[in-house]
Amino acid sequence: MTEYALQLNDVTKRFGAVTALESVSLSVKPNEVVGIIGENGAGKSTLLKVLAGIYQPDSGEIVIGGKKQKVNGPRHAGKLGIGVVHQEQSLVPSITVTENLNLGFEGNVGRWGLYRWSKLRAETRSFLSRVSSTVDPDARTDSLSFAERQMVEIAKSLKAVAGAPGSPVIVLDEPTSVLERDDIAVLQKEVEALREIGSVIFVSHRLDEVLDFCDRVYVMRGGQVVAERETEGVAEEELYRLMVGRDASGLHYMEDQQLEPQDEAVLQVTGLTSPGAFEGVNLTVHAGEVAAIVGTNASGREEVARAIFGLHGYTAGEIKIKGEVLKPGNPRTAISRGVGYVPAERKVEGIIAGMSIGQNLAMIFSRAIAFGPFQSPRRRRELSNAWIDRLHIRPADPNADIGALSGGNQQKVAFARWMVEPDVRVLILDHPTRGLDPGAQQDIYAHIREACESGVAVLVLGDTLQECIGLAHKVLVMRDGMVTALFDAPRTHKPTPLDLIKEMV
Amino acid sequence: MATTHHVAAPAAERTKKAEGVTANSSTIGPIVTLLVLIVVFTVINPRFVSLENIQTVLYQAAIPLILSVGATLVILIGGIDLSIEGVMAAGALTFVLLSPNNINDSDFGVMAIGGALLVGALLGGLNGFAHVRLKIPSFMSSLGVWYIGLGIASMLYDQSTPRLSESANIAWASGTIFGISNSFFIALGVIILGVVVSRWTRFGRYAYAIGGDEAVVRLTPINIGRYKIAIFVVAGACAAFAGVLGSIRLGVGVPAVGTGQLFTTISAVVLGGTLLSGGRGGMLHSLIGVMVIVVLANGLVLSGVSPYVQQAVQGLVVIAAVGIAGWKQRSILRIVK
Repeated sequence: MTEYALQLNDVTKRFGAVTALESVSLSVKPNEVVGIIGENGAGKSTLLKVLAGIYQPDSGEIVIGGKKQKVNGPRHAGKLGIGVVHQEQSLVPSITVTENLNLGFEGNVGRWGLYRWSKLRAETRSFLSRVSSTVDPDARTDSLSFAERQMVEIAKSLKAVAGAPGSPVIVLDEPTSVLERDDIAVLQKEVEALREIGSVIFVSHRLDEVLDFCDRVYVMRGGQVVAERETEGVAEEELYRLMVGRDASGLHYMEDQQLEPQDEAVLQVTGLTSPGAFEGVNLTVHAGEVAAIVGTNASGREEVARAIFGLHGYTAGEIKIKGEVLKPGNPRTAISRGVGYVPAERKVEGIIAGMSIGQNLAMIFSRAIAFGPFQSPRRRRELSNAWIDRLHIRPADPNADIGALSGGNQQKVAFARWMVEPDVRVLILDHPTRGLDPGAQQDIYAHIREACESGVAVLVLGDTLQECIGLAHKVLVMRDGMVTALFDAPRTHKPTPLDLIKEMV
Repeated sequence: MATTHHVAAPAAERTKKAEGVTANSSTIGPIVTLLVLIVVFTVINPRFVSLENIQTVLYQAAIPLILSVGATLVILIGGIDLSIEGVMAAGALTFVLLSPNNINDSDFGVMAIGGALLVGALLGGLNGFAHVRLKIPSFMSSLGVWYIGLGIASMLYDQSTPRLSESANIAWASGTIFGISNSFFIALGVIILGVVVSRWTRFGRYAYAIGGDEAVVRLTPINIGRYKIAIFVVAGACAAFAGVLGSIRLGVGVPAVGTGQLFTTISAVVLGGTLLSGGRGGMLHSLIGVMVIVVLANGLVLSGVSPYVQQAVQGLVVIAAVGIAGWKQRSILRIVK
């Protein structure tokens, strides 16, 4: 028996020119809870996929229980003793807890192929009880709360590693991001229970919880492990700084082009409430102003943004565009009143793959391109070419299939779709630069500034805190569905990420 | 330093996230529909609840019940089987030509039913193969198999109608117990078998899992394709068996034996609460669904609704019932295809 249950030595993973993991080394002792923190894009999820065998490292080695191993895939990882509980849950909603836990591994179910439910149920109970969960094995999975489903996932991962020789390592990916406070306490108990069985790797971007749960923490940034600390008596501020890092170029977000907003309040949101998502949200964005909302996954900021565009309903409050009340839950009216929305799920909601750049640009039959139900192909071509030029979209061919473009270029088209609208007044950008390379990000930033210049009110849900701070005139912090703080962010007096984080968690 | 305005104190309690769905209301809807129909038709014409009519309703329900077992399985995995009428026809002609009849001298006894089931299973297998291995949507593959089945039936039919002669099969299937057709009891047996399979076997449980989230099931060792093909085979056999019962009732083998059954079966399964997207529903749901459709058809006749209008009314009622049942699931972004 070696000292470590799991070791990574100089693991590097590249995707083309991008280095997702650079010489990452970490080690986990048996019965230890180790945290990994880092912002989005720090390399946490790549690291998990390497552990689960979904990605193979380009160099470096994985040592499990003292033996160097090649992990071939999630199932093999389980056999070796590594169980990964992913952030996106992998349970079938329409079947019972017992079935989910055993799916595909029912073993010899009984005579004549008939299920012996009692046996399966007992086995399920035994795994659930190891994480001290009292979920009913017969409950249909979609009747469970998110937290309960998560417990089932953890129990399932325990079953997956049950046959492994050494001390198992359970990896929890962002387990708290959608949990309520009470549930987090329950999760903490579970993690303590897991500690008895094996080790836990706890991946999160919520520093306070990582400190609560873990014995030791690794800080990741830009694909590297930048620090390792015992959580006992660690300076939180230091970890924040390590996690967030420093901004290399001060003018990355073109702060020098940040103009004073005009007086006209274009978007006014008052008392917006949707039970379970957000509550009493007030928000005003003036012409030429960029407002950013920051918050964690469950803060409700996405829902607020979607509500303004009519994609999410609300039970109280109102949204005014240029002083006129907007009908709730109707994207069509929102568009006709000048609201544009660039969604975070680019491939799902942002573009129509299989159609050309030009067709995607001209999706909204506005009067810029269309006469009633007819589009003028000439006008469409002209506009497409103009925007392809302005946003440096490659290939510079309006007839190219958008599905074949890089993410950055797709995003530019999704963005330009609204910019061709002469009447757009409010632009909602949900993670506008997610997955874009720095050059493409710059193009998007430049056009956000340009939109402001022409008097558009912009609401940004940025990918990183710096992005929000850098772009915005003001930053709202949301937490658990409420706006908890509002920071002014004029060109010369930007708040720091630390200021924001304090209000976020 | 930047100015900070505290807008609201951090919430003391976390807002409750809406999670999960409310308890199984989908089971109650179809039962209520059935009861409402029964009450309405009884008020219009008290003869509706007479012993004689109840016997008739059960007789009429037998064939759709058998069909619904196969159709439910297919819909549970998120597929659709439109080949019902064609497979019924092929099964029917196979059965008639293997039984004592006025065209040839064959008399294979019970094996005639076996032959019909085999033909149905093969057609279902073809359907499943086309869907799973050739990756053709089951909508399209089963549409094709429908016509293949009809084509086989027409070839066997060959211009003269084969008429069934007396045989043990016929005597048994057209007999009654307490005035209730034996074919209803057979159908009940098939439904019970369906319930057992869907609750207590891998085959049935995996159908739910595959329909619930195929992407998740792909991460397990379960051979999805094999189970899917098997389900289409079962559906084909069910349709062929329904064709056998249909021929016994008609006394002849005709390709048109299944006319109208596709509407009845699919609407019964959907109305019963099995989602077309798969994963939810089941045999007992379909049992209720079939009773709703059969009661509706029967009641409209007894209510004196003109035969010319009956079909249109049935169609309207089905749309209304499914619409009301799914009312709660409407949401801005739900995409229905």
